Amino acid sequence: MKEFDPGEGPSIVSITDRVKLLPLGGAVGSVHFLGDRAFFVGAEESVAIAGIDGEVTRTGTHFGAILCAASDGKRLVTGGDDGKLIAIDAKGETTVIATDAKRRWIDNVALHGDGTVAWSAGKTALVRSAKGEEKTFEVPSTVGGLAFAPKGLRLAIAHYNGVTLWFPNMAANPEFLEWAGSHLAVSFSPDNKFLVTAMHEPAMHGWRLADNRHMRMSGYPGRVRSMSWSVGGKGLATSGADSVIVWPFASKDGPMGKEPAMLAPMPARVSVVACHPKNDIMAVGYSDGVVLMVRLEDGAEILVRRTGGAPVSGLAWNAKGTLLAFGAEDGDAGILEM
Amino acid sequence: MVEASQKIPVTVLTGYLGAGKTTLLNRILSENHGKKYAVIVNEFGEIGIDNDLIIGADEEVFEMNNGCVCCTVRGDLVRIMDGLMKRKGKFDAIIVETTGLADPAPVAQTFFVDEDVQKNARLDAVVTVADAKWLSDRLKDAPEAKNQIAFADVIVLNKTDLVSKPELAEVEARIRGINPYAKLHRTERCQVGLSDVLERGAFDLDRILEIEPEFLEAGDDHDHDHDHHHDHDHHHHHDHGHGLKHYHDEDMQSLSLRSEQPLDPARFMPWLQQLVATEGQKILRSKGILAFAGDDDRYVFQGVHMMLEGDHQRKWKNGEKRESRVVFIGRDLPEQAIRDGFQQCITT
Repeated sequence: MKEFDPGEGPSIVSITDRVKLLPLGGAVGSVHFLGDRAFFVGAEESVAIAGIDGEVTRTGTHFGAILCAASDGKRLVTGGDDGKLIAIDAKGETTVIATDAKRRWIDNVALHGDGTVAWSAGKTALVRSAKGEEKTFEVPSTVGGLAFAPKGLRLAIAHYNGVTLWFPNMAANPEFLEWAGSHLAVSFSPDNKFLVTAMHEPAMHGWRLADNRHMRMSGYPGRVRSMSWSVGGKGLATSGADSVIVWPFASKDGPMGKEPAMLAPMPARVSVVACHPKNDIMAVGYSDGVVLMVRLEDGAEILVRRTGGAPVSGLAWNAKGTLLAFGAEDGDAGILEM
Repeated sequence: MVEASQKIPVTVLTGYLGAGKTTLLNRILSENHGKKYAVIVNEFGEIGIDNDLIIGADEEVFEMNNGCVCCTVRGDLVRIMDGLMKRKGKFDAIIVETTGLADPAPVAQTFFVDEDVQKNARLDAVVTVADAKWLSDRLKDAPEAKNQIAFADVIVLNKTDLVSKPELAEVEARIRGINPYAKLHRTERCQVGLSDVLERGAFDLDRILEIEPEFLEAGDDHDHDHDHHHDHDHHHHHDHGHGLKHYHDEDMQSLSLRSEQPLDPARFMPWLQQLVATEGQKILRSKGILAFAGDDDRYVFQGVHMMLEGDHQRKWKNGEKRESRVVFIGRDLPEQAIRDGFQQCITT
């Protein structure tokens, strides 16, 4: 594989010298911000916490692999192969939310704005309200992904052959959106009009929720492992190809009958994407360790990190959009002030 | 890209109910071999060993979304492998135990089709534990048992102390009638050398050295003089290998093709691909060593149902007989059509 080296060329602006490097040691699984501190969820056992001053503290969490993590900006919740669901607050203090009685792996987690947390172990999806009320729901096959709708208490549970939409507080039967194949990560568009899944095959699938019309988004060379909605949900940026594939969702038909934008092509696959919370830019991590900032409008690029060897495995912006943090599979990480 | 040797080897352990899979698993986990195994089991609690790397699985078989009905994978395995890879370095190898009624194909296929699984792990071998006393009956009434024998790279024929010599000869002949290529070990209480079941490299193209029926090989178990109780019996059989009873199984067969004339790659490859595309549901395993016209390299391939992988292996050695050999193990194989098709690929 060719190394990416922008050299002296004027075509790309580099801000690599402004990145505060954080050699964390252990592989990074995902990155989240609580306030102005970045939380680097390790592949195993602990979460490393760092601010722009570059000082790293570490919080022990699971006895084993950390399989999933989600954050609402106020807390971070992780699930592990030790059967535990653990919340970490902005100070780095941990609380065990739940322990699976059979010590099953906690495969997925999702957070709702009202403090409700959802998680899954095998075929069982569980929700617990802020008051501690717990409900469970079984789907026909192992849960691939969980997501709360932006409105109401409605949980999307991705599994084999489709997605189940469950209203934990209502007696009504759950709704089932069918599409053959194994559905993994799932996400609602911020306007609540669309639901998309990343499939086991290298493809995305989507439904327009008003009429359940299907949207097939295929053509990826690799599985889509990361997706991120741009400001206002106008576009959905996805990994899986050697450029960022951005599907247009601004119109009422979503991407139906439209071509996606293909931005920031590189000689390596996109491994993570994270759209900026306020502006039409996104951070993009590649399998060779490169991190770019890319403007959605025209694809203009700024180099944040050069080829680093291991794939970038986590990227996050703080809520204000003033800080960007990244982490890689080899334990290298960095934080940047805009 | 991770080198093949750095990929974590995965042994698939199958066997009909009660044959002794758990006994073998417990032995692997308790013996002092200095290795740490991650074990994916379908029944929690059967294993009497405390190990945080024992994972319960659901055996969820999924069809791949590519329109090919026999292209099934174990969805739960994809997920578990993903999680296990977060603990890379904490274990040396993985063992996947299937239920007694499982078809080994979806497990094997998971290692062929899933990009992420393939990147980190490699299938080492399918090991089938069979019950010497009951296997003959199961081969008559349980298609799963037959599948497991046909699919195997290694067969541990267990509970040999519960049968007489003629009964043992009978069950072995039945096994050989289905799968003459697997390594067969006779055991009591699964007392088999662990090196005979682990680290076999049975799916490693570089290690497809010979594809000869096992009973034609004189020294099958040359490495077998460690502890077992069956040496006598064993060697006796080998000495008289050709005199063994021969069974032809009604619906599961192996088909061996060979040619001393080189093959035409422009005819053979499309033929093979077409064959597995149309008959792949019937073909459980395939393997071949090929001599192509105008090619100084040995070409090797292997497959599971419709999935094939092949590569140039090495130069033919001086004086080595450039012979092509192909083996199919499958159910109701259209033998004559396969033979005719192969014949068409031979250069004249």
